[in-house]
Amino acid sequence: MPPLLFWVFALLMLIFGVAVVVNRNPVASALSLVVSFLGLAALFMSLDAYFVGIIQVLVYAGAVMVLFLFIIMLLNLPAEERRQINWLAAAGGIGVALILLVQICAVIGHFQAAHQTLPPLPRSTTDDVWNIGALLFSNYNLPFQIIGVLVLVATIGVVLLSKREPR
Amino acid sequence: MVTLGDYLIVSGILFAIGFAGVMLRRNLIVILMSLELMLNAANLSLVAFSRFRLQPSGLPDYNAQIFVFFIITVAAAEVALGLAILVALFRARQTTDVKDITQLRF
Repeated sequence: MPPLLFWVFALLMLIFGVAVVVNRNPVASALSLVVSFLGLAALFMSLDAYFVGIIQVLVYAGAVMVLFLFIIMLLNLPAEERRQINWLAAAGGIGVALILLVQICAVIGHFQAAHQTLPPLPRSTTDDVWNIGALLFSNYNLPFQIIGVLVLVATIGVVLLSKREPR
Repeated sequence: MVTLGDYLIVSGILFAIGFAGVMLRRNLIVILMSLELMLNAANLSLVAFSRFRLQPSGLPDYNAQIFVFFIITVAAAEVALGLAILVALFRARQTTDVKDITQLRF
Protein backbone atom coordinates (compact mmCIF):
# COMPACT_ATOMS: atom_id res chain seq x y z
CA MET A 1 0.00 0.00 0.00
CA PRO A 2 1.43 3.43 -0.87
CA PRO A 3 2.29 5.65 2.11
CA LEU A 4 -0.35 8.20 1.04
CA LEU A 5 -3.15 5.69 1.56
CA PHE A 6 -1.73 4.74 4.96
CA TRP A 7 -1.88 8.35 6.12
CA VAL A 8 -5.35 8.87 4.62
CA PHE A 9 -6.80 5.89 6.47
CA ALA A 10 -4.87 6.62 9.68
CA LEU A 11 -6.14 10.22 9.71
CA LEU A 12 -9.69 9.05 8.95
CA MET A 13 -9.52 6.63 11.85
CA LEU A 14 -8.09 9.19 14.29
CA ILE A 15 -10.43 12.04 13.30
CA PHE A 16 -13.52 9.90 13.70
CA GLY A 17 -12.05 8.47 16.91
CA VAL A 18 -11.93 12.01 18.28
CA ALA A 19 -15.49 12.51 17.02
CA VAL A 20 -16.61 9.52 19.14
CA VAL A 21 -15.34 11.25 22.25
CA VAL A 22 -16.48 14.82 21.55
CA ASN A 23 -19.95 14.20 20.09
CA ARG A 24 -22.70 14.92 22.57
CA ASN A 25 -25.28 12.75 20.82
CA PRO A 26 -24.69 9.00 21.43
CA VAL A 27 -26.02 8.05 17.97
CA ALA A 28 -23.48 10.34 16.30
CA SER A 29 -20.77 8.81 18.49
CA ALA A 30 -21.76 5.30 17.43
CA LEU A 31 -21.78 6.20 13.73
CA SER A 32 -18.36 7.86 14.06
CA LEU A 33 -17.12 4.67 15.68
CA VAL A 34 -18.23 2.71 12.59
CA VAL A 35 -16.15 4.95 10.30
CA SER A 36 -13.20 4.69 12.70
CA PHE A 37 -13.40 0.88 12.62
CA LEU A 38 -13.60 0.85 8.82
CA GLY A 39 -10.40 2.94 8.68
CA LEU A 40 -8.78 0.49 11.08
CA ALA A 41 -9.86 -2.44 8.89
CA ALA A 42 -8.19 -0.70 5.92
CA LEU A 43 -4.99 -0.41 7.99
CA PHE A 44 -5.17 -4.14 8.74
CA MET A 45 -5.48 -4.78 5.00
CA SER A 46 -2.41 -2.57 4.42
CA LEU A 47 -0.52 -4.93 6.75
CA ASP A 48 -1.58 -7.95 4.64
CA ALA A 49 -3.80 -9.19 7.46
CA TYR A 50 -6.86 -9.77 5.29
CA PHE A 51 -8.56 -12.21 7.64
CA VAL A 52 -8.31 -9.87 10.62
CA GLY A 53 -9.54 -6.97 8.47
CA ILE A 54 -12.60 -8.89 7.34
CA ILE A 55 -13.31 -10.02 10.90
CA GLN A 56 -12.99 -6.41 12.02
CA VAL A 57 -15.63 -5.27 9.54
CA LEU A 58 -17.97 -8.20 10.23
CA VAL A 59 -17.74 -8.27 14.03
CA TYR A 60 -17.12 -4.64 14.95
CA ALA A 61 -18.63 -2.55 12.18
CA GLY A 62 -21.40 -5.13 11.83
CA ALA A 63 -22.46 -6.89 15.00
CA VAL A 64 -21.07 -4.75 17.82
CA MET A 65 -22.20 -1.46 16.30
CA VAL A 66 -25.69 -2.77 15.58
CA LEU A 67 -25.84 -3.77 19.25
CA PHE A 68 -24.73 -0.27 20.35
CA LEU A 69 -27.22 1.48 18.06
CA PHE A 70 -30.00 -0.91 19.10
CA ILE A 71 -29.40 -0.18 22.79
CA ILE A 72 -29.18 3.58 22.22
CA MET A 73 -32.49 3.55 20.33
CA LEU A 74 -34.08 1.15 22.84
CA LEU A 75 -33.23 3.39 25.77
CA ASN A 76 -34.23 6.42 23.69
CA LEU A 77 -31.35 8.45 25.10
CA PRO A 78 -31.53 12.16 24.46
CA ALA A 79 -28.44 14.15 23.58
CA GLU A 80 -26.63 15.04 26.77
CA GLU A 81 -27.72 18.43 28.00
CA ARG A 82 -24.95 20.90 28.39
CA ARG A 83 -23.89 20.70 31.99
CA GLN A 84 -21.45 22.81 33.86
CA ILE A 85 -18.07 21.45 32.76
CA ASN A 86 -15.67 20.86 35.60
CA TRP A 87 -12.64 22.41 33.91
CA LEU A 88 -10.19 21.09 36.48
CA ALA A 89 -11.34 17.50 35.95
CA ALA A 90 -11.37 17.92 32.16
CA ALA A 91 -7.85 19.37 32.14
CA GLY A 92 -6.73 16.52 34.38
CA GLY A 93 -8.19 13.89 32.04
CA ILE A 94 -6.69 15.45 28.91
CA GLY A 95 -3.37 15.97 30.73
CA VAL A 96 -3.13 12.32 31.78
CA ALA A 97 -3.94 11.19 28.22
CA LEU A 98 -1.29 13.55 26.81
CA ILE A 99 1.33 12.33 29.29
CA LEU A 100 0.51 8.76 28.25
CA LEU A 101 0.88 9.72 24.57
CA VAL A 102 4.24 11.43 25.16
CA GLN A 103 5.43 8.37 27.06
CA ILE A 104 4.38 6.03 24.21
CA CYS A 105 6.12 8.24 21.63
CA ALA A 106 9.31 8.35 23.74
CA VAL A 107 9.35 4.56 24.03
CA ILE A 108 8.81 4.13 20.29
CA GLY A 109 11.54 6.70 19.58
CA HIS A 110 14.08 4.60 21.50
CA PHE A 111 12.88 1.36 19.90
CA GLN A 112 15.47 0.41 17.27
CA ALA A 113 13.23 -1.98 15.30
CA ALA A 114 10.67 0.80 14.83
CA HIS A 115 12.71 2.31 11.98
CA GLN A 116 12.44 -0.70 9.67
CA THR A 117 10.24 -0.42 6.61
CA LEU A 118 7.71 -2.98 5.41
CA PRO A 119 9.67 -6.15 4.50
CA PRO A 120 8.45 -7.75 1.26
CA LEU A 121 6.40 -10.92 1.51
CA PRO A 122 7.23 -13.94 -0.67
CA ARG A 123 4.52 -15.29 -2.94
CA SER A 124 2.75 -17.68 -0.63
CA THR A 125 1.12 -20.91 -1.73
CA THR A 126 -1.36 -20.81 1.15
CA ASP A 127 -3.61 -17.92 2.03
CA ASP A 128 -4.10 -15.97 5.24
CA VAL A 129 -7.17 -17.84 6.47
CA TRP A 130 -5.51 -21.22 5.92
CA ASN A 131 -2.42 -20.22 7.89
CA ILE A 132 -4.35 -18.73 10.81
CA GLY A 133 -6.77 -21.65 10.87
CA ALA A 134 -3.98 -24.23 10.93
CA LEU A 135 -2.26 -22.46 13.83
CA LEU A 136 -5.54 -21.90 15.67
CA PHE A 137 -6.54 -25.55 15.59
CA SER A 138 -3.07 -26.92 16.38
CA ASN A 139 -1.17 -24.68 18.81
CA TYR A 140 -4.12 -22.71 20.17
CA ASN A 141 -6.72 -25.44 20.41
CA LEU A 142 -7.28 -25.20 24.17
CA PRO A 143 -7.60 -21.36 24.24
CA PHE A 144 -9.99 -21.63 21.31
CA GLN A 145 -12.28 -23.97 23.24
CA ILE A 146 -12.00 -21.82 26.38
CA ILE A 147 -13.09 -18.82 24.32
CA GLY A 148 -16.09 -20.86 23.17
CA VAL A 149 -17.05 -21.46 26.81
CA LEU A 150 -16.55 -17.74 27.50
CA VAL A 151 -18.95 -16.77 24.74
CA LEU A 152 -21.49 -19.28 26.06
CA VAL A 153 -21.19 -17.85 29.58
CA ALA A 154 -21.59 -14.33 28.19
CA THR A 155 -24.73 -15.38 26.31
CA ILE A 156 -26.29 -16.93 29.41
CA GLY A 157 -25.31 -13.89 31.47
CA VAL A 158 -26.92 -11.50 29.01
CA VAL A 159 -30.15 -13.51 28.99
CA LEU A 160 -30.22 -13.60 32.79
CA LEU A 161 -29.48 -9.88 33.09
CA SER A 162 -32.14 -8.81 30.62
CA LYS A 163 -34.87 -11.02 32.06
CA ARG A 164 -37.49 -9.00 33.86
CA GLU A 165 -38.08 -9.84 37.50
CA PRO A 166 -41.53 -11.36 38.04
CA ARG A 167 -43.48 -9.03 40.25
CA MET B 1 8.02 4.36 3.18
CA VAL B 2 5.83 3.52 6.14
CA THR B 3 7.79 2.23 9.10
CA LEU B 4 6.78 0.13 12.09
CA GLY B 5 7.08 3.26 14.23
CA ASP B 6 4.34 5.00 12.19
CA TYR B 7 1.89 2.20 12.88
CA LEU B 8 2.83 2.15 16.57
CA ILE B 9 2.42 5.92 16.92
CA VAL B 10 -0.99 5.83 15.21
CA SER B 11 -1.95 3.02 17.57
CA GLY B 12 -0.69 5.02 20.55
CA ILE B 13 -2.71 8.08 19.51
CA LEU B 14 -5.82 5.93 19.13
CA PHE B 15 -5.23 4.49 22.60
CA ALA B 16 -4.82 7.98 24.07
CA ILE B 17 -8.10 9.09 22.41
CA GLY B 18 -9.93 6.13 23.94
CA PHE B 19 -8.30 6.78 27.30
CA ALA B 20 -9.32 10.45 27.22
CA GLY B 21 -12.86 9.33 26.36
CA VAL B 22 -13.02 7.07 29.40
CA MET B 23 -11.64 9.83 31.63
CA LEU B 24 -13.75 12.70 30.28
CA ARG B 25 -17.16 11.40 29.30
CA ARG B 26 -19.92 10.66 31.75
CA ASN B 27 -22.27 8.73 29.49
CA LEU B 28 -21.80 4.99 30.10
CA ILE B 29 -22.43 4.08 26.44
CA VAL B 30 -19.72 6.46 25.24
CA ILE B 31 -17.36 5.07 27.89
CA LEU B 32 -17.96 1.57 26.49
CA MET B 33 -17.24 2.86 22.98
CA SER B 34 -13.99 4.43 24.17
CA LEU B 35 -13.02 1.08 25.70
CA GLU B 36 -13.52 -0.45 22.25
CA LEU B 37 -11.20 2.20 20.78
CA MET B 38 -8.47 1.23 23.28
CA LEU B 39 -8.87 -2.48 22.51
CA ASN B 40 -8.59 -1.73 18.81
CA ALA B 41 -5.42 0.29 19.35
CA ALA B 42 -3.88 -2.80 20.94
CA ASN B 43 -5.07 -4.86 17.95
CA LEU B 44 -3.41 -2.46 15.53
CA SER B 45 -0.02 -2.72 17.23
CA LEU B 46 -0.30 -6.53 17.39
CA VAL B 47 -1.02 -6.77 13.66
CA ALA B 48 1.81 -4.34 12.89
CA PHE B 49 4.26 -6.44 14.93
CA SER B 50 2.99 -9.55 13.15
CA ARG B 51 3.69 -8.06 9.72
CA PHE B 52 7.10 -6.58 10.53
CA ARG B 53 8.51 -9.63 12.32
CA LEU B 54 8.59 -12.26 9.60
CA GLN B 55 8.95 -15.96 10.32
CA PRO B 56 11.96 -17.85 8.88
CA SER B 57 9.66 -18.99 6.07
CA GLY B 58 9.09 -15.33 5.14
CA LEU B 59 5.43 -15.30 6.19
CA PRO B 60 4.08 -12.90 8.84
CA ASP B 61 4.05 -14.11 12.44
CA TYR B 62 0.51 -15.42 12.70
CA ASN B 63 0.64 -15.85 16.49
CA ALA B 64 -0.09 -12.14 16.90
CA GLN B 65 -3.04 -12.33 14.53
CA ILE B 66 -4.48 -15.16 16.64
CA PHE B 67 -4.19 -12.91 19.69
CA VAL B 68 -6.16 -10.30 17.76
CA PHE B 69 -8.79 -12.93 16.97
CA PHE B 70 -9.13 -13.73 20.67
CA ILE B 71 -9.23 -10.06 21.65
CA ILE B 72 -12.04 -9.41 19.16
CA THR B 73 -14.01 -12.35 20.56
CA VAL B 74 -13.56 -11.26 24.16
CA ALA B 75 -14.41 -7.65 23.25
CA ALA B 76 -17.65 -8.75 21.58
CA ALA B 77 -18.63 -10.74 24.68
CA GLU B 78 -17.68 -7.78 26.88
CA VAL B 79 -19.82 -5.37 24.88
CA ALA B 80 -22.83 -7.69 25.02
CA LEU B 81 -22.53 -8.07 28.79
CA GLY B 82 -21.78 -4.40 29.39
CA LEU B 83 -24.80 -3.28 27.40
CA ALA B 84 -27.03 -5.79 29.21
CA ILE B 85 -25.86 -4.40 32.56
CA LEU B 86 -26.49 -0.90 31.22
CA VAL B 87 -30.05 -1.77 30.22
CA ALA B 88 -30.69 -3.30 33.65
CA LEU B 89 -29.26 -0.17 35.27
CA PHE B 90 -31.41 2.07 33.09
CA ARG B 91 -34.53 0.14 34.09
CA ALA B 92 -33.69 0.61 37.75
CA ARG B 93 -32.48 4.24 37.68
CA GLN B 94 -33.55 5.84 34.35
CA THR B 95 -30.05 7.19 33.82
CA THR B 96 -26.81 6.28 32.06
CA ASP B 97 -24.80 9.07 33.60
CA VAL B 98 -21.97 7.99 35.90
CA LYS B 99 -22.47 11.14 37.99
CA ASP B 100 -25.91 9.93 39.02
CA ILE B 101 -24.73 6.49 40.13
CA THR B 102 -23.05 7.14 43.46
CA GLN B 103 -24.53 4.51 45.72
CA LEU B 104 -21.25 2.65 46.26
CA ARG B 105 -19.25 5.82 46.59
CA PHE B 106 -17.58 6.39 49.93
